[in-house]
Amino acid sequence: MPVFDLAVAPLRDLNAALHAVGAGANDTHFEVVNPRGHHAVAVGADAPVTIAVRGSVGYYCAGMNAEAAITIHGSAGPGVAENMMSGTVVVEGDASQYAGATGRGGLLVIKGNAASRCGISMKGIDIVVHGNIGHMSAFMAQSGNLVVLGDAGEALGDSLYEARLFVRGSVKSLGADCIEKEMRPEHHAILADLLARAGVEGVAPSEFKRYGSARKLYNFNIDNVDAY
Amino acid sequence: MCGIVGLFLKDKSLEPELGRLLSDMLITMTDRGPDSAGIAIYGAEAPGFAKITVQSPDPARDFPGLDARLAAVTGVTVDLAVKDTHAVLTVPEASLDAVRAALVTVAPTVRVMGAGASVEIFKEVGLPRQVVERFGIAAMAGSHGIGHTRMATESAVTTLGAHPFSTGPDQCLVHNGSLSNHNNLRRELKRVGVAFETENDSEVAAAYLTAAMRGGKDLGKALEGALADLDGFFTFVVGTRSGFGVLRDPIACKPAVMAETDRYVAFGSEYRALVNLPGIEEARIWEPEPATVYFWDHAKAA
Repeated sequence: MPVFDLAVAPLRDLNAALHAVGAGANDTHFEVVNPRGHHAVAVGADAPVTIAVRGSVGYYCAGMNAEAAITIHGSAGPGVAENMMSGTVVVEGDASQYAGATGRGGLLVIKGNAASRCGISMKGIDIVVHGNIGHMSAFMAQSGNLVVLGDAGEALGDSLYEARLFVRGSVKSLGADCIEKEMRPEHHAILADLLARAGVEGVAPSEFKRYGSARKLYNFNIDNVDAY
Repeated sequence: MCGIVGLFLKDKSLEPELGRLLSDMLITMTDRGPDSAGIAIYGAEAPGFAKITVQSPDPARDFPGLDARLAAVTGVTVDLAVKDTHAVLTVPEASLDAVRAALVTVAPTVRVMGAGASVEIFKEVGLPRQVVERFGIAAMAGSHGIGHTRMATESAVTTLGAHPFSTGPDQCLVHNGSLSNHNNLRRELKRVGVAFETENDSEVAAAYLTAAMRGGKDLGKALEGALADLDGFFTFVVGTRSGFGVLRDPIACKPAVMAETDRYVAFGSEYRALVNLPGIEEARIWEPEPATVYFWDHAKAA
């Protein structure tokens, strides 16, 4: 089991080792200790390895992740799991701004709160936040699911495309073209699966409201000009 | 980018460590801004006396005998402690304005960095490590302090353009961001008698808060007013004689992390600025909310 102590080992060594994992490799569990808020920890992993980061990280941890299962035993700075392709990223603490931005696949779980712009421009990623999310979350989100067990800040889902937003608590305000939508059986099923995969227990899909796009801003229409 | 740090001590036993802790925090933020750096430290007060921190472009010419020349003009005793390009003048509290006025004629190239009962401000062009070493910041004690490392966007890379900006007694401000209505606001503040040293947007923010506090508001109320009157991006950390405040604009795209324990409140642009603080593992750590005033005051806690 490779252990990288970032108090002494260069970050580049960690990321290079992750990038070098080949098909059939059997050393597939990595430990990262003393991250001390370092940026770009465990970025670009591209194999089904597990990575445990023991502490809090700075910007862009687990960015571009594919296949790896990464757990941050601490909090994450801005841009955690940005542009993730697949795999899972779990943040045991809080996440700063734009968690999971532009993600195309995989599952991001934040057990604490996420700050502003969570899931901005998400393109297929699933994000489950146990706590609250900040303002402008899911701005221009295109596909995937954002699940929030707590409350959402201002302008949720502004200029939203086809991502599904499920919020259990209050929503401070909805952004342009974002509306509350009916929870149908297929949404209950999607949500139940996501809650189970994110380790959420004792919470029923019926406790959530669903938000999505009113689809009025897809094509320019002068009648909607005030909404832009 | 720019990097900001701040530390407000609740536990007096940490006070001898303030300069060292704050210096470490600022050096960690070096790669957020390599143009200039500065630090404001609120140190011990001597009852009946006030301090003026001054800077000279030619310390060898300006500082020798400056105390005697000021004393000759004002008739009061002036104590002079030179630190590299800066010097701290200690004067009787009642004579603070008179000494400041005398400086203009006695040493016209000397600039005032800040003044008050407690605050000392040191700032220069260069990296944080060089700046804190030049002024011996690590050895300084105090109750609270703020620091800044600058990536210049709005005005020139000069000593005066470095942060913290101090525009009132014992008040100072560091800023990460850029203001869009600072020219208008500067004109309005000039009209009510506020003087400016630079074209820097952050100086306008500092002066805005000074004017509001002069009008009777406490720092918390002044910061609330800033939300309505300042336009642009900002994360501010501000200090007063006994207080420490944090404010982010409603968009809040400039980063900020705070930590609080029984012993201190700390601010960093990034979490890694906080990792060497004592007991950080057990601290409550959070990201300050947009458009929300955070404010601590020793005077109110006492």
